[in-house]
Amino acid sequence: MLETVLSVQNVSVKYRLTEQKVDNLKEYIIKLFQRELRYKDFLALEDVSFSLQKGDRLAIMGLNGAGKSTLLKVIAGVLKASEGKVTKLGKVVPLLELGAGFDSHYTGAENIFLYGAMLGYSKSFLKEKYQAIVDFADLGDFINVPVKNYSSGMRARLGFSIATIVEPDILILDEVLAVGDAKFRQKSEQKILEMVEKGVTVLFVSHSEHQVRKLCTRAILLEKGHLTADGTLDEVLTKYTELTKLS
Amino acid sequence: MRNLIKTFSKYRYLLYQLVKKDIKLKYRSSYLGVFWTLLEPLLTMMVLTLVFSTMYGGSSRDFPVYILTGRLIYSFFSNSTKAALRSIRVNAGMIKKVYVPKYMYPCASIISGYVMFLISLIVLAVVAMARGVYPTRYLLQAVFPLVIVLIMSIGAGLLLATLAVFFRDLEYLWGVALMLLMYACAIFYRVESVSNEANRWIFDYNPLYAVIENFRHAVFGQAMNMTSMVYSLVFSVILFFVGLFVFYKNQDKFILHI
Repeated sequence: MLETVLSVQNVSVKYRLTEQKVDNLKEYIIKLFQRELRYKDFLALEDVSFSLQKGDRLAIMGLNGAGKSTLLKVIAGVLKASEGKVTKLGKVVPLLELGAGFDSHYTGAENIFLYGAMLGYSKSFLKEKYQAIVDFADLGDFINVPVKNYSSGMRARLGFSIATIVEPDILILDEVLAVGDAKFRQKSEQKILEMVEKGVTVLFVSHSEHQVRKLCTRAILLEKGHLTADGTLDEVLTKYTELTKLS
Repeated sequence: MRNLIKTFSKYRYLLYQLVKKDIKLKYRSSYLGVFWTLLEPLLTMMVLTLVFSTMYGGSSRDFPVYILTGRLIYSFFSNSTKAALRSIRVNAGMIKKVYVPKYMYPCASIISGYVMFLISLIVLAVVAMARGVYPTRYLLQAVFPLVIVLIMSIGAGLLLATLAVFFRDLEYLWGVALMLLMYACAIFYRVESVSNEANRWIFDYNPLYAVIENFRHAVFGQAMNMTSMVYSLVFSVILFFVGLFVFYKNQDKFILHI
């Protein structure tokens, strides 16, 4: 009984770039009168479709600027597709740039509630899980220090701990496995593998063949916004390696 | 619409967190902390009373109360709309990374301003007692202007937040507009002493003045001016829906501009 948990149908994302950046009213009006307001459309993603069954672990491969992050943003709901549709079932947890939602003047403890609220967790849930989050992040006394005094590794550790406190149905990973020191990296990998064993669906962006082989069961390849391959790891990785050689 | 209510209740706790953060951080590094909310209007009231009663002479005993009522309403509107205008850009980092309903940001700015405004009403109560302006049953009417000004600010805040994403210089323009509005709100002068046939329309059509007028009536124990009340209410509700509509129509484009 296979259950489709994520389906991406004909998704296109169009960025509209003005040739010169007009971001104030004065220039806008001047340009409007001079009829100099020209736009150039840029397609970051064009007609991308695929779907994931429960428990699939998909690697998204591609060179820089191929649209991988744009795709993840669309799936996470941060960016809206210009065309097409994304349907998701269950709880999606994006681990994109960990700790980006923190307020730097707030302490770690306060940020747990703020960031947790942003991810849509309730107050009672956060209170209940607070200790578990603090323990997992393992920041010691730093939990009561404003986040602006944290190192980037510490931020990421806290972000990871908060985001993974729920049991997600779909986990979005953007090369975050390389976070923190060796000890925390092991711990976070452990946690992700635990979730994988429980049958979580994973979307993983990485350039590292080694990591992809370790985690994923399927892969897609993006080239300049187009989906050019969708299949087994071996097929897609071969194609990806060719691509890197050419350029 | 049902969707709107559903997501709102899901993210209610976030709204609470954002409001709390605004208030907490505003005074975190200051020595007197939240007392500034009380001290600041008190000090400006003293300055304004000093300046305007010596300049124009003949000030009555309750003039400070008159100033304070206008000044508190005006500065709530001014501060909260300015904060809402900046809210999308200030929170750009979060908007790009985590999905939350975006109207949370301007709304949180307005609501945190409102909470501080309500706290600062303590100053008004104390000054009113000291100056012999005692509460009457008309004080209950204050609910109307206080609710209307909140609706007005949210409407204006949503509209400004949207426009400010596309036009960065709006912040300065709005600052100038607010200054103009301040002079048109009869904060530190009596309307009777300046109004004439030619400028009467300023006070008739200024919705913020309508709010201030009714708030003053409530404090000074006079019956409400129904025309002003209905006018400001209709204006605010329309502004609210216009703001909401414009915000909703454009919110998916924000991320491309911040």
